[in-house]
Amino acid sequence: MAKVKIPENKVQELRDLCKNFDNEPGELINVLHGAQGMFGYLPAEVQEIVADEMNVSVAHVYGVVTFYSFFSMLPKGKHPISICMGTACYVRGAEKVLDEFKRHLEVKVGETTPDGKYSLSCLRCVGACGLAPVVTIGERVYGRVSPEDVRGILEEY
Amino acid sequence: MAKYKNHILVCGGTGCRASESEAIASNLNASLSENNLQDDVQVVRTGCFGFCEKGPVVKMVPDNTFYVHVAPDDAEDIVLEHVIKGRKVERLLYVDPETKEHVSDSRHMDFYKKQLRIALRNCGFINPENIDEYIARDGYSALGTIMEEMTPEAAINVVKDSGLRGRGGGGFPSGLKWELTRKSEADQKYVVCNADEGDPGAFMDRSILEGDPHSVLEAMAICGYCIGADRGLIYIRAEYPLAIKRLKIAIEQARDYGLLGNDIFGTGFNFDVEIRYGAGAFVCGEETALIHSMEGLRGEPTVKPPFPAQSGYKEKPTNVNNVETFANIPAIFLKGADWFKKIGTEKSPGTKVFALAGKVNNVGLIEVPMGTTLREVIFDIGGGIKGGKKFKAVQTGGPSGGCLTEDHLDLAIDYDGLLASGSMMGSGGMIVMDEDDCMVSVAKFYLDFTVEESCGKCTPCRVGNKRLHEMLDKITLGQGEEGDLTRLRNLANVIKDTALCGLGQTSPNPVLSTMDNFPEEYQSHVKESKCPAGQCRALMQYVINSKLCVGCTLCSRVCPVDAISGEKKLPHVIDSSVCIKCGACIEKCKFGAISIQ
Ligand SMILES: Cc1cc2nc3c(=O)[nH]c(=O)nc-3n(C[C@H](O)[C@H](O)[C@H](O)COP(=O)(O)O)c2cc1C
Ligand code: SF4
Repeated sequence: MAKVKIPENKVQELRDLCKNFDNEPGELINVLHGAQGMFGYLPAEVQEIVADEMNVSVAHVYGVVTFYSFFSMLPKGKHPISICMGTACYVRGAEKVLDEFKRHLEVKVGETTPDGKYSLSCLRCVGACGLAPVVTIGERVYGRVSPEDVRGILEEY
Repeated sequence: MAKYKNHILVCGGTGCRASESEAIASNLNASLSENNLQDDVQVVRTGCFGFCEKGPVVKMVPDNTFYVHVAPDDAEDIVLEHVIKGRKVERLLYVDPETKEHVSDSRHMDFYKKQLRIALRNCGFINPENIDEYIARDGYSALGTIMEEMTPEAAINVVKDSGLRGRGGGGFPSGLKWELTRKSEADQKYVVCNADEGDPGAFMDRSILEGDPHSVLEAMAICGYCIGADRGLIYIRAEYPLAIKRLKIAIEQARDYGLLGNDIFGTGFNFDVEIRYGAGAFVCGEETALIHSMEGLRGEPTVKPPFPAQSGYKEKPTNVNNVETFANIPAIFLKGADWFKKIGTEKSPGTKVFALAGKVNNVGLIEVPMGTTLREVIFDIGGGIKGGKKFKAVQTGGPSGGCLTEDHLDLAIDYDGLLASGSMMGSGGMIVMDEDDCMVSVAKFYLDFTVEESCGKCTPCRVGNKRLHEMLDKITLGQGEEGDLTRLRNLANVIKDTALCGLGQTSPNPVLSTMDNFPEEYQSHVKESKCPAGQCRALMQYVINSKLCVGCTLCSRVCPVDAISGEKKLPHVIDSSVCIKCGACIEKCKFGAISIQ
């Protein structure tokens, strides 16, 4: 795991977060949700502090972080792009849309562009199947996206 | 809803919000204030109306006018024309696809005619962020009556008599589960609501929580009273922010009203609910995995027995029910077990909510009595196949279910009927596919999902599904060999028989059902390296018919990789070594000159 140095005041904030949950190992997932909210992702150092504070092994924390797809050990891009790969979007052509994004951004799923501007990921069902295929960028939702729309969408950012 | 004379209901479901329904609501409010009507007309943001295809949807109360595809700019006309002058805004009315006539009342639309709403009874009618509106529709009165007039045993008997079966997929009789949990002796018991909803094509449970959170809270309290639990936990994914927000508001309001907390209705009964967050793992929908996840662990399933009813959360007896199961409970107590039993089929009473999506005209959230046929759902409610294409298959049960064909269209939907035909009810995703969908690819899509979501604890699922996926991949690339189909089937059966939890035991279903129902499609891929649906890219070649091409150059301009060349007004050609088979040219050609071979 690559090391990232996090500032001292943030370390304290993280320790306080654990204390808010009484350092109770059963609350680990809630703590990790909070930590990801603070840092945007869960780098090794954050996991080590959480493990130390909650008195569990780093391996245990790492095991939980890697189990759940919501937790990420890599920072997201400034504009995180998610392509819905739920079944409804899939049968309406989401794969072609994903291919277009990959081609334009020259990254694979789960990666961030070298300039840190975009990251690309897939998710399963936004719950807006009437708009399939759906793409989300940050909070914004794009519906009925076709491969030809991709260039225009990226140009908005 | 006493004070205001009129209400404008704006759909606040996830789909409509993505299409700017929030802006519609604020423009409506602005326009009402400009015309000094803010004290007469109230704008209410409701949960999902269900008719997502036509969203954003706005409904006028009391005259029930139903406006579709509303844009923020239409708000002013709705106020000036409809509210002030009493004239319908014709351009926003729904047009019946057959008669081409305007239909203003939703009750007369084909989409709603065959539906019966029990679990969704309040979705789209009330403001989910206001407990008074739930109470005005008899909310919490079932809880009150039960606690004042019924013993827990008598209340459990009502649920048993109703025949309600779990809507989370398994179809286990809910009353029986409550009784088992009641009989487990312990100092502490829990009620858990399973709102994980990981099926990748489903949004029913989320919509219920977004549209009517109190019905679930009330049912959990009823369950707590029946089984002897004072704590409830709702396990929901952190990815569903709107449902979480509305649940939190609902819990706060119920506590303020004394409907959750200590000494509810002055009966000495205590019950409170808290939210637990999932983090995106399909297997956590499985009840034992869910319980481990709530304990802060990796969400890996464990062998049953012991069942949660005996030893669940923190090793205490725990009753796990699905969101929709709970949403039915208050209605059953209000109207009686006999009323409920008369709806649906003998072995599966009541209704079922489905997220109808894919290649149908009317994508949306629907609720129909059990026993409704697939044909009625797809063609009457769903309005048939998009773009006049031919129906090919319908997938129910998500990654655990199967694809049914034309031959199954008259099948009456219930737990046992779907199971007997090789699919299953699942949680209620229903995806319609047309002639352009390749069944091998669909099976591969689901395996993709299972491979990603397998927790890895047991070998048949962790390794077996990966091998299944590899074989399917090979077949879609045209590299399938004689014998692959037999190997595929054998391995699928082994996984089914030996996997530890429901995920692995059902993951081969999409493969087996497509092999059973579309054998010729698998054969074409393997024997002739052809994809009859024209979806497997490796097996396709795009060619331009020089007799039909007029040289308009449109195709060469849309091609993202410049694979098409040719002089203006002369036939063009596609360089197949460059072509990425995206299909952009075919969609643009006005002369039908491009085809897939
Ligand atoms: C892999 C897998 C995923 C599941 N996902 C869900 C789910 O998302 N929601 C749900 O309510 N039940 C799900 N279930 C079923 C639960 O294990 C459990 O049976 C159900 O929550 C019980 O509630 P019910 O009796 O009200 O249906 C899943 C089961 C399996 C095996
Ligand atoms: S069947 Fe799959 S998901 Fe279930 S325990 Fe085994 S590996 Fe995990």
